[in-house]
Amino acid sequence: MSKQYETVIGLEVHVELATKTKIFCSCSTEFGGAPNTHTCPVCTGMPGSLPVLNKQVVEYAIAVGLATNCTITQNCKFDRKNYFYPDNPQNYQISQLYLPICRNGSVEIETEAGKKSIGIHEIHMEEDAGKLIHDDWDDCSLVDFNRSGVPLIEIVSEPDMRSAEEVIAYLDKLRLIIQYLGASDCKLNEGSMRADVNLSVREVGATEFGTRTEMKNLNSFKAIARAIEAERERQIDLIESGEQVIQETRRWDDTKEYSYAMRSKEDAQDYRYFPDPDLVPVVISDAWLEDIRSRQPELRDEKMERYAKEYGIPEYDISIITNSKHLADIFEETVAICNNPKKVSNWLMVETMRLLKEHDMDPEDIRFSPANLAKLIHLTETKAINSSVAKEVFEQIFAENIDPEQYVEEKGLKTVNDEGALRSTIEKIVEANPQSVEDYRNGKKKAIGFLVGQTMKEMKGKADPGMINQILTEILEQ
Amino acid sequence: MDLLKLTAVELAKKIKAKEVTVMEATQAVLDQIDKVESQINSYVTVDREGALAKAKEVQKLIDDGTLTGPLAGVPVAIKDNMCTEGILTTCSSKILENFYPTYSAEAVCNLEKAGAVIIGKTNMDEFAMGSTTETSAYGITRNPWNTEHVPGGSSGGSCTAVAANECFFALGSDTGGSIRQPSSFCGVTGIKPTYGTISRYGLIAYGSSLDQIGPVAKDVTDCATILEVVSSYDKKDSTSVQREEYNFTEALVDDVKGMKIGIPKDYFGEGLDCEVKEAVLNAAKELEKKGAIIEEFELGLVDYAIPAYYVIAAAEASSNLARFDGVKYGYRSEDFDGLHSMYKTTRSQGFGAEVKRRIMLGSFVLSSGYYDAYYLKALKTKALIKQEFDKAFAKYDVILGPAAPTTAPKIGESLSDPIKMYLGDIYTISVNLAGLPGISVPCGVDSKGLPIGLQLIGDCFKEKNIIRAAYAYEKTREYVGPYDK
Repeated sequence: MSKQYETVIGLEVHVELATKTKIFCSCSTEFGGAPNTHTCPVCTGMPGSLPVLNKQVVEYAIAVGLATNCTITQNCKFDRKNYFYPDNPQNYQISQLYLPICRNGSVEIETEAGKKSIGIHEIHMEEDAGKLIHDDWDDCSLVDFNRSGVPLIEIVSEPDMRSAEEVIAYLDKLRLIIQYLGASDCKLNEGSMRADVNLSVREVGATEFGTRTEMKNLNSFKAIARAIEAERERQIDLIESGEQVIQETRRWDDTKEYSYAMRSKEDAQDYRYFPDPDLVPVVISDAWLEDIRSRQPELRDEKMERYAKEYGIPEYDISIITNSKHLADIFEETVAICNNPKKVSNWLMVETMRLLKEHDMDPEDIRFSPANLAKLIHLTETKAINSSVAKEVFEQIFAENIDPEQYVEEKGLKTVNDEGALRSTIEKIVEANPQSVEDYRNGKKKAIGFLVGQTMKEMKGKADPGMINQILTEILEQ
Repeated sequence: MDLLKLTAVELAKKIKAKEVTVMEATQAVLDQIDKVESQINSYVTVDREGALAKAKEVQKLIDDGTLTGPLAGVPVAIKDNMCTEGILTTCSSKILENFYPTYSAEAVCNLEKAGAVIIGKTNMDEFAMGSTTETSAYGITRNPWNTEHVPGGSSGGSCTAVAANECFFALGSDTGGSIRQPSSFCGVTGIKPTYGTISRYGLIAYGSSLDQIGPVAKDVTDCATILEVVSSYDKKDSTSVQREEYNFTEALVDDVKGMKIGIPKDYFGEGLDCEVKEAVLNAAKELEKKGAIIEEFELGLVDYAIPAYYVIAAAEASSNLARFDGVKYGYRSEDFDGLHSMYKTTRSQGFGAEVKRRIMLGSFVLSSGYYDAYYLKALKTKALIKQEFDKAFAKYDVILGPAAPTTAPKIGESLSDPIKMYLGDIYTISVNLAGLPGISVPCGVDSKGLPIGLQLIGDCFKEKNIIRAAYAYEKTREYVGPYDK
């Protein structure tokens, strides 16, 4: 490859909003449920049914728009996107084309190369489609409309990204903003966040964009990174061999690490967008906008700053803890009870992370209560249990959210703080191990480790190792 | 006493006074249907069993004092584009030949709550597209005044059912004149209220921004009463309007002294039948005699209403009718190979010619490259037409004119020339574009003995003005039905 190429990437990100009910009817958005049980005449496109906008959808869309520095369209409208497909019961999707709710925003991302602003062209609200299920047994297709009408926002970026690293940073930024707002859980693998990648390449220094393709079916950050790399290579190969890149939609197959064309621009459909006459324009008053603005929660960047000031924990810890809204919530709630940020941070950074990794879980999946973690910290601080017992107890908290005080009591794990009892046990151990005692006295100071271990064994682990050490040293030095 | 000659309000009073039972009234209507339906074909579905069962139930509720309203026990016919739970609802289309809705339209629910007894579903132009009730997949409906003639449309079946005493009143829908024009052709009274007055929830959409349900009955009193019962703010319909008041019957006063009535010159030019013109102007004179101030004026933009309407209504229809695809309900062709073939054959076989014509027209005007030139321009025209009416209503309480340029044409004459048929909507269409209320009241017959309709148009939310004017005019003449000759 003689020439230098630059990759130009823009993203269309669909996010399922966390409303309790659908965007145009009062059916539940809950996941699962037997097919077609969360449905009504509206979300199954029955003749004569009419949509009524769920206000919460507008509030979430505005909240995301404000957090991404967008201008809010205070008089926005819904349009119909017309196309035939059986998962779409009306054969049109209610979306926004002409007057999307948010426009002209940006978010700042940080990569190894430094900070960079990524433009957001627009954010619009729309409804999700149902799901087609092919029944191989009967050789027929069935439709489940439970997801039909689940609210989505589509965040369309400007073509401002130049690498997979930037794309991941941008997606992660969006995920964090939206999770912090509580507008969605943004899980790529579960489909509550979906990204389509628009990619083109051009020679470094060129001012015009190359022909772009759109890549669909990207279900993880890793898949996105692989797909970007593969598509970049594919387009450069085409150009280098004198061929042209065709504007088309491609589907990524992550197991084969290969994409194939779904449809080209020539057979792109004319969606015949027009304003939906069943819905009235959404008028967002200044007062409503201000109300939403005033209710905006603290976002990650603000939180990071505050943690540094308020808790004095290392920057690295802060970045890990705030990388999940859920984890940050646990941190703050635990600190509020035990007032020991450093210890809380340690439990989250070390043991929690280890267990998450071990069980292949996300921080979002943590189910233990801050109260139980606070109790555990209290037990260790008062030396009621030693650190190895604490780890064992924490595993139980992590797995089943047990009450550590009760657990320690029931299992009899409390440290024996009776110095007399401990001293007599140590004396017995010293008597029974003359060799080790002699070694120690001959300068092999390490021999004390064996004696501590023997004592701990005798005490069934319920002793404070510091105290054992102290008493042992006292006896041996005599 | 000839029960069938009673108006809906008169019948309800007699039922309340225990002079007539609900069962007797229902049976009388069913007998009349047996007698005339073979010549008229007002109904797609007559729900005999349902109606008789309902009659019994309603009678009990009247007897125990639960139902006291002005329509309790009165048999009603519903246009077949309104959903009725468990009763076949076809829109007079093959594509819904087997569609039994799981819910009832809000307007129908309001009637049922008031104790009206649903007799059946009336024939119409397929999906309300047409002005003659000849495009129905279930046969044409004939005008009871002369069965060689059409009843008008698209609510033809509702109007003939009222005129031929096959019900005591009916619900129709009006997108471009579909209540007022057939009311005029059949010698009955019909109101299209202000857009947003009656919930569209459960009305199978044709042109969503123009569709309104309205009453069809023998006189103005009935229409005002029905409108009062059926109207409601409905949060299931985003375009429904919370009105300050719904007491339309308060306007049933024989007094038009000082009422300012404007006559648009543009409604009396070329294309208007001489006999229709004379009858309408005579009606204006009657109102003048009663003290109304009549004045001619220029409305403007009248010629632009029809093209604007056909662009907007067809555009919305092309999208509204997309859901009829053979996947979820209704007709599905048996002759297909794969999904797209299923869509194509189902829709080719399921829709009639006029519906296809409008779907194609609508798809065309919305397609990329044409949207601005057609659809957007039509929306702008619509706004300008509304402004013309605003100017007129700054001066007048009511606008008076014909409901249609002619009396009912002969069967078969209109469909051969769709453009001519479209032009027949000239006086009614702008009312829908501007969202205004309009009423059609009988004002005589022509030399062929066919009824002529007077149209009165009011400003938005001013139904009371047109009801008052129509009521005062109605008092100057007797109601004559097709069988009273």
